[in-house]
Amino acid sequence: MTNEKKTITNRDVPAIYPVKTKIQVSVIFFVVLAIYLTSMTWTQSQMAGGFTGALGNMFNVMVKFFPPNTAVIPAVWGPMVETIQMAIIATTVAAILTVPLALLAAENVTTNKPLYLITRTFLNILRTIPDLVLAVIFVGLFGIGLFPGILALIIFSLGILAKLISETIEAVDMNPMEAMRASGANVFQMIWYALIPQVLPQYVSLVLYVFEINIRASVVLGLVGAGGIGLILNQQLGFYNYPNAMMIIIIIFIVVIAIEYISTKIREALI
Amino acid sequence: MEKEFTLPPKPKNSTFKLIRNIVITVLVIALYVWTFTSIDIDWGRAIERAANNFQRVIPQLFSPDWSATGKVALSMLETVFIAFAGSLMAAILAVPLAFLAARNMMGGVIISTIGKWILSAVRAFPDIILAILFVVAVGPNAFAGVLAIAIGSTGMLGKMFAEILEGIDMNVVEAMEASGANKIQILFHGVLPQITPEFLSYAIYRFEVDIRASSILGIVGAGGIGTLIIFASNNRNWSEMGTILLAIILVVTVIDFASARIRRKIV
Repeated sequence: MTNEKKTITNRDVPAIYPVKTKIQVSVIFFVVLAIYLTSMTWTQSQMAGGFTGALGNMFNVMVKFFPPNTAVIPAVWGPMVETIQMAIIATTVAAILTVPLALLAAENVTTNKPLYLITRTFLNILRTIPDLVLAVIFVGLFGIGLFPGILALIIFSLGILAKLISETIEAVDMNPMEAMRASGANVFQMIWYALIPQVLPQYVSLVLYVFEINIRASVVLGLVGAGGIGLILNQQLGFYNYPNAMMIIIIIFIVVIAIEYISTKIREALI
Repeated sequence: MEKEFTLPPKPKNSTFKLIRNIVITVLVIALYVWTFTSIDIDWGRAIERAANNFQRVIPQLFSPDWSATGKVALSMLETVFIAFAGSLMAAILAVPLAFLAARNMMGGVIISTIGKWILSAVRAFPDIILAILFVVAVGPNAFAGVLAIAIGSTGMLGKMFAEILEGIDMNVVEAMEASGANKIQILFHGVLPQITPEFLSYAIYRFEVDIRASSILGIVGAGGIGTLIIFASNNRNWSEMGTILLAIILVVTVIDFASARIRRKIV
């Protein structure tokens, strides 16, 4: 027997991760850390008293919000209802307008490549514009009120809804469509008898999902003057009336949770 | 003898289904009647205002004011910083909460239910409402925006992380337990390798969402490009608004694209 070592020493054990991966991961880690530190310094630079001062102050200020003033509930009820109605109207209009757009943005229905690409690009650009920015522009155009808010919600939700529905359409089973085309159906017959039955449950579910998004969006539209409960919240904050503002925030919170709960239950039943 | 082919009998609609459908239809119609009769839109004024303002707003919006580019670029950078710091904080905060909320990790349905409740409660606050609270708490600056984004994203990320955790292969964990590994070893060698790619992917996706969210936080004073939006709209400076819109569209598109590429590489 030779006396050579048979046991594996540390040096012989192959590393679990190759050196290249280790270097890559370390570089990424330090880049992320560097950007994070830059962001933190940048965002804290305009703050008086620095980070610790602000956190110490936070508790003192937060106390001002409590106890919430329950006396404002009757006054808030009207605007809250208005907010929900805004979301209902906007979702309905968006759900109707989305149908042609979603069909145009689905690769398997719109076989005309340029048309498909143009619709896709249009929807992608539409989705990059935040809802409140749309609201600011429409308030500038139509003046303060519900109408600019509804319009902003319609355009905002149209981008999301059309994209989600076009993806659903792209995922359908194409065999029934092909069978119908082979037996001589025209495009509209194909859509009506082969596409709609497959897409309808998802369509309703996605519309409800967008309704949830619209409720969340509509509660804050008032901050820029586009109607609803945000308007009152903005006023109360302007008057430094924090207990009232807190009550409004709590009402928003309850309504959002309740509507999301109902909508989730309906969507679970649908699919 | 030749068998006669007949269609199977049509399924009978049960009375329950019929009643249910009628009730749903009536409810939906009632909802719409209530909505459209009680909503109060001043059409006349809206149309009149639009007719007056159209010439002043729309052409300006499409002729961006290039002299404001530097100012807008700086604000946009601040927006990206807010989103980055906020989503990184959220990604770190969400991990312990996700372990709390995942049913197969901490054991006990009660803890998991409590964890899930906390996460959905956090998610119910719109980002901008959180921003309002933080602006009051730490003053009108970008750091308030970072905090709002961090808290707002924690809810969604925590929920996603918890779902990933509930979906991991528990056989690995059980095998390690059986061969005598302790909790820490199980965590590092059994759980983390399974979840890291998906965690990262969701965190990066959330950064995309946060870019959009942080671009409007300035409307309530929480820094970023939203501050310029409010100035531009108050001054009726629609060509500057055009520049801002262009910046938002550009940055969001670029970051969406980059993030999609990175995420495809990770998972």
